[in-house]
Amino acid sequence: MIEGYDSHSHFDEMFNSDGDCRGFQQDLLTRLDKFPKKKLQQLQHTTEKTQLSMGMTFNVYKDNKGLEKILHLDVIPRIISATDWDEIDRGLHQRIKAINLFIDDLYHDQKILKDGIIPKDVVLSSKDYLKECIGLNPPKGIWCHISGSDIVRDKNGDFMVLEDNLRCPSGASYLLENREIIKQSFSSLFMQMSVRPVAEYPGMLLNMLEHLSNNEAPQVVVLTPGIYNSAYFEHSYLAQQMGVQLVTGQDLVVENKRVYMQSTKGLQPVDVIYRRIDDTFLDPLTFNPNSMLGVPGLMEAYLAGNVALANAPGTGVADDKAVYAYIPRVIKYYLDEEPILKNVPTYLCSEEQDLKYVLENIEDLVIKETNAAGGYGMMIGPKATKAEHKKFRKLVKDNPRNYIAQPTLSLSTVPTLTNKGLIRPRHVDLRPYVLYGDKINVVPGALSRVALVEGSLVVNSSQGGGSKDTWVLYK
Amino acid sequence: MLSRVADCLFWLGRYIERAGNYARFIDVNYNLSIDLPPDVKEQWEPLIAATGDREKYVELFGNEFNRENAIFFLTFDKRNPNAIISTIKSARENARIVRESIPKETWEILNELHFYIQNATKRKIWEKEDPNHCFSEIKKKIQQINGLAYDTIPRTQGWYFTQMGQYLERADKTSRILDVKYHILLPSLEEVGTPLDFLHWNALLKSVSGFNAYRQAHHSLSAPHIVEFLILDRYFPRSILFCLSNVEDCLHEISESKRGFSNQAEKAIGNLRSKLEYADINDIFKIGLHEYLDGLQITLNEIAEAVYEQYFKIRPNYTPDDQAQE
Repeated sequence: MIEGYDSHSHFDEMFNSDGDCRGFQQDLLTRLDKFPKKKLQQLQHTTEKTQLSMGMTFNVYKDNKGLEKILHLDVIPRIISATDWDEIDRGLHQRIKAINLFIDDLYHDQKILKDGIIPKDVVLSSKDYLKECIGLNPPKGIWCHISGSDIVRDKNGDFMVLEDNLRCPSGASYLLENREIIKQSFSSLFMQMSVRPVAEYPGMLLNMLEHLSNNEAPQVVVLTPGIYNSAYFEHSYLAQQMGVQLVTGQDLVVENKRVYMQSTKGLQPVDVIYRRIDDTFLDPLTFNPNSMLGVPGLMEAYLAGNVALANAPGTGVADDKAVYAYIPRVIKYYLDEEPILKNVPTYLCSEEQDLKYVLENIEDLVIKETNAAGGYGMMIGPKATKAEHKKFRKLVKDNPRNYIAQPTLSLSTVPTLTNKGLIRPRHVDLRPYVLYGDKINVVPGALSRVALVEGSLVVNSSQGGGSKDTWVLYK
Repeated sequence: MLSRVADCLFWLGRYIERAGNYARFIDVNYNLSIDLPPDVKEQWEPLIAATGDREKYVELFGNEFNRENAIFFLTFDKRNPNAIISTIKSARENARIVRESIPKETWEILNELHFYIQNATKRKIWEKEDPNHCFSEIKKKIQQINGLAYDTIPRTQGWYFTQMGQYLERADKTSRILDVKYHILLPSLEEVGTPLDFLHWNALLKSVSGFNAYRQAHHSLSAPHIVEFLILDRYFPRSILFCLSNVEDCLHEISESKRGFSNQAEKAIGNLRSKLEYADINDIFKIGLHEYLDGLQITLNEIAEAVYEQYFKIRPNYTPDDQAQE
C-alpha cells in the first residue's frame, strides 16, 4: 500500500530523512500496511456519503448553478505528537496574548508606533484599521476572541505561522465533523493511539461568549449572512451545537441602543453576538450603506456597551499581511519574550530595499495581496508563467503597500489517499483554533488542509484543496 | 423563537406532509391500476385534478393523462412546484435555514431523501414498469422523519409550528382528494357495489390511509359514511375535523391561552372547528359536498394568512433606498 511512497523531497511527517517511520506514527503505519487497497477506498467512499447526508456542503457560485459541493475529507488521519503540540499550544498562547495587547494599543495610545517599533504608515494605511474603533474599549478588554492561525512546517520541520486569521476564521465545524467521521472509520486505531478529544469546542466557545456579558444568563446568538454564504453549514452547526439562535441581520432590530431579535413573542434582548459577517457589513449606518446583511444601529449599541461582538470590529488590522511581518517584534515589545513560533520571512514591498529584491526575484517568491484571503490575489513564482510574473511585477510596482512576498515554502507532507487508491505524500498546513475568554484556550486538534494534487502547495478549499482529521496525541 | 424560524418550521411541516400525501396518492392509484380489469382505463386525471395543478399539467403535456406523464409530473417534474421533488427540495431548504433548531437526524434523513429522489430522477423511474418501490421508499423516509420528530423534539413552540403546518396541509389534502373522487364515484355506488366500485372506494380510503380505520368504524362501504368519516370523524388522524382540532390545539399551546381566542388565527380556527364539530352528514349534503369543501378550503387559507400576520411577519429593519433619501 505505502510502497512507492517517496518521502525524501520534503519534510515528511511520517518518515524521517533516513526513511524510518517516526515513533509516534508507527501505529498508523502498521494499520495502513494491513489494509487491502480496496478497503481503504471503500472507507473513502463511505466518508463522502456520510458527508453528503450530514449536509456538509458549501455552494459554489462561480458557475451560477448553485452547485453543492463537499470539502474532500481524506480518510487517513494526520497525527501530531504531544511534544509538537506543546510547542504549538505555547506559541499560540503567546502570540494571541501579544496580538490582543497590540490591537488595543493601536486603537488607544499607539505606543508601539510612537516607539518606532513599527512604521506608522504600515498600520494606519491598512484597510482594516477602522477609525470608528479608535478609543473603543471592548467588553473585558478582548478583541480577538476567536482566531485560527495557519501554521506550516518548513524543510526542517519547524513550525511557522503563515498568517493569523483574526477575522471570523471558518473551519471549526469541519474539525468537529471530520473527527466524528474518521473516528468511525478507524475506531480501534483511535483508541489505541489515545487521541485528545475536540468535542468540547462548542462548549468552550459558548463559555467564552457568555463571559463577554455581565448578565447572569446572557442571550447569545450567531449572526450569519444567510444560507447562500459558503460557510452557512458551519454557522448553523455551531449554533446548534451551542444551543443558541442562528440569526440573520433582518431578525435583529436596535431600539434605544439595545439589540433585540424579532421573535414570536415580540422583541427579545440580545447580549452577545458571534458574528460571521465582515466588519464593514455589520452596520449600514456606520459602514457600507448598501449592506443588507447587517443591523442598522448595531455599532451604536456596541459602542454604548449594550452588546458584545466577537470578534471585535477592527481586529483585522493585526491580520493584514504587511502588519503580520511585524508580529515577532510585537511579541517582544509587549511581552518581552522571544517568539516561540516563527514567522515566515516576509518582504514588504512598501520598503524600498525589499521592493527591489522582490522585483528582481519574483520568479522564486510567493506574492500575496495584503488583505486578500482564500488563496486569491496571490502568485506562486516558481509555478507561474512569464506573463504572470510580468503582470505581478506591474501590480507590485503600482501599489507596493498592497503586496508582500515570501520565499516559496516547501510545506511538510503526510500520507494521503490518491484517487487511484495509492498512499502518497501530499502537502498540508495546520489551522488550530484559539479562544480568548477568561483565559486563552487552544483546542487540541486542528483543521489540516491538504493539497490533493501531487506537488501542489495550495491547500485552500476554493483552489482544490481537501481536509484531514488531525489527531493530537496525549503523549 | 425567532419569527423567521417559526415560519420555516411551519413550512417544513407543510412540505413534508405534502410530499407524503403525494407519494401515497400515487402509490394507491398505481396499485389500483394493476387491479383494474383489462377493458378499464387507468385514471390519472382525477388525481391530478385533486392536486389543483390540472391546468399546469395540460399546459405541459396536453390532454392525455397517461401513467408515465402523470407520475413524472407529480413526482419528478421540477417545473411543478408541488411535485415531490420540488416539495422535498423546499422542505430541505427550510430545514437548512433552521438546521440549528431541528434534530441532526431529521436533517440527515431529509438530505438522504433529497438525494434519493435526485437519483431516481436520473434512473427515470417513471418509465419503469414497476415504479412503486420508489414511492414506498419516499413514504418510509417521511414516516421516519415523523417518527423521529415524535420521539425526540421537545414540545415547545417549534414543535407546534411544525405540527400546525402539517395538520393544515393534511386537512387541505383530505378535502381535495375527497372532493374530486367523490363526484366521479358517486353514481357507481348508487348502482350498488360491483367489484370495480369496491376497488375505487377502497382506493380513496387507502389514499388517506383510512381503509382499516373506516372498516372498524362503519363496516360496510357507503358513500355518506365515507364522507362523514373523512370529514367529521373525531378519532381518525386524517379526517378534517381531527386535523382542525389539532391546529387549534397547536395555536393555543403557542399562545399559552386556554379558552376562546387571543388572536385572529385562533378565532378563525375555533369557528371552523366548532362548525364541523356540531355538524352531521346531512348538514353537509344540504349545502352540497363540493360547495362545502370549497368553503372549507377558503377558510383554511384565511387561517394560514392570520397565522402569518400573527407570528411570522417581521418588520424590515432597513432599506438602503430610504437611507439614501435622508
